[in-house]
Amino acid sequence: MRKLIIATLVLLLPAVGFAAGGQVKLEKADIDLHDQASLQRGAKYFTNYCMACHSLGHMRYSRMAEDLGIDDKSLRENLLFGDAQPTDMMKNSMRPADGEVWFGVAVPDLTLVTRWRSPDWVYTYLKSFYADPTRPYGVNNVVFPLVGMPHVLGDLQGVQEAIVEEHAGHGATITGVKLAQPGSMAPEEYDNMVRDITAFLTYAGEPSQLERRRIGIYVLLFLGLFFIVAFALKKEFWKDVH
Amino acid sequence: MSAEKSENLSWIDKRFPLTETWKAHLSEYYAPKNLNFWSFFGSLAILTLVIQIVSGIWLAMSYKPSAVEAFASVEYIMRDVEWGWLIRYIHSTGASAFFIVIYLHMFRALLWGSYRKPRELLWIIGVVIYLAMMATAFFGYLLPWGQMSFWGAQVIVNLFAAVPVIGDDLAVWVRGDYVISDVTLNRFFAFHFLLPFVLAALVFLHIVALHHVGSNNPDGIEIKEGPKGNRWSDKAPADGIPFHPYYTVKDTVGVVVFLAIFSAIVFYAPTMGGLFIEAPNFQPANPFQTPAHIAPVWYFTPFYAMLRAVPPMWGSQFPGVVVMFAAILILFALPWLDRSKVKSMRYKGPITKVMTGIFAVSFVVLAWLGLQPADPFLTLLAQIFTSLYFAYFLLMPIYSSIDKTKPVPERVTS
Repeated sequence: MRKLIIATLVLLLPAVGFAAGGQVKLEKADIDLHDQASLQRGAKYFTNYCMACHSLGHMRYSRMAEDLGIDDKSLRENLLFGDAQPTDMMKNSMRPADGEVWFGVAVPDLTLVTRWRSPDWVYTYLKSFYADPTRPYGVNNVVFPLVGMPHVLGDLQGVQEAIVEEHAGHGATITGVKLAQPGSMAPEEYDNMVRDITAFLTYAGEPSQLERRRIGIYVLLFLGLFFIVAFALKKEFWKDVH
Repeated sequence: MSAEKSENLSWIDKRFPLTETWKAHLSEYYAPKNLNFWSFFGSLAILTLVIQIVSGIWLAMSYKPSAVEAFASVEYIMRDVEWGWLIRYIHSTGASAFFIVIYLHMFRALLWGSYRKPRELLWIIGVVIYLAMMATAFFGYLLPWGQMSFWGAQVIVNLFAAVPVIGDDLAVWVRGDYVISDVTLNRFFAFHFLLPFVLAALVFLHIVALHHVGSNNPDGIEIKEGPKGNRWSDKAPADGIPFHPYYTVKDTVGVVVFLAIFSAIVFYAPTMGGLFIEAPNFQPANPFQTPAHIAPVWYFTPFYAMLRAVPPMWGSQFPGVVVMFAAILILFALPWLDRSKVKSMRYKGPITKVMTGIFAVSFVVLAWLGLQPADPFLTLLAQIFTSLYFAYFLLMPIYSSIDKTKPVPERVTS
């Protein structure tokens, strides 16, 4: 019976909890995955600000340290919290059920967020919180309407207000945000911080991507040479076919 | 092969027809000398099958077919398995490459009339191969256990539920559960592992049939019925050349070009902008959250567009399901639908050429439509192009017999 109820729910559930984001234009994240300093800062920001709630469950600390050029000592001193070991996955101690109680939804793992959203989406999202007293944490988000999480970086960015466009008699749409009350960071500083986090998450989404692009050139060069040989061989053999 | 057999070789030949097989299928198998670009896709299809089997077996060494572990095991392959990311991208790209190659291979058969007598069975075995490929791809797409894996399988299994009377029981029987679950994943993995070997056996039969009737060519002329005698043999067709070394070296060039394009995708665009690996599939399957837009992978979308084009009748989606399956099954009838006096498109008349063009365009447009969210205008387009797709087949007995044909030359043209 329970299965039947679940089955019915599955079939009837409308598309809920999915960010629309259709009308909002995403900003270019403009990240550089070759910039190790940026990735290291991103890792620091992520472990300090995000990881209390969001895990990177498919990412290993030691792999991250190796790829980002972080030595064992810095890793242990700056990035490992509690009794986490370098070979552990980057998980946290929050239980999914707690997330549902605190934020109305289980907190998603962010290992692959830049792959099912996009780096530009993450960058824009982190810049698009605005004050909305109707929400439990007092903030809403332009690219993720009715988002469950608070604006964790709010003290740094400051308070933003929505730019609302009124349509006579047809409600209103939010077209953007503007800074109403400065935070502890200047806007450019905040943009750079958010860019570092985005770069780090883009790296974490596919740690082998730089290696992939590097090797690809040699594979294609080899195939280019192979083509010349194969083509010459074909020409030679086919000389006598008329 | 040298004229004098080595002692070892004759020892084998007395016990196994090694030299005989080599000659019959390679060094003394005479293929028409005028094969062109389109003939590359046969050997490329075999190559992609091998790529899929080999990369698939290596993936299976680290993949875990369980609802709890499947998604994480794919990420484990992407991160912790040595070269795992490469093997995985080869396999995901290979699936799409296989379909591209096969679609071009099938279109080649339409152009050359390769389904006509005496190649009806060769064509039918080919269509069975295509069906087996689609089944394999469908089972395989569930395995990463992402959102699109789950919901794509949900949509397709629900097609079975649309069958009148037995539908619901049939869907439960396919899933092994009331929902897509761990049980479903396990059996899909078993079938996904089994079917490629069935495919390999079917490919073997396909080649046996091909070598029995001989290869067709762009002119659609039977070289076996033409004059005899070439440089290699008095009995061989005059327009034939030995498959080895002529076509082995030529196909090698095709293979290298294919591998270059394939590698460019694997190394620089493995998701192909969401076409080869869909973005929602980077989220683990969640039975309680339907993605905003569910679309199958591109190689199924022509048929998905047809399914959506048919409005529900008597409160049932079944007519759409029938149309969708009919679109594939009608391929079996093709050898008997074409009444033209000639085989190759080169000598067929203008109506046939226009209809073939319309058919190709319809297929591509339907593929695109199947990727879009449905809206009334696009549904109308899908209905028009579905009708055109079927018109190509259903009107063929008429237009192929009244269409003017050009005289077919005695010998192949170069």
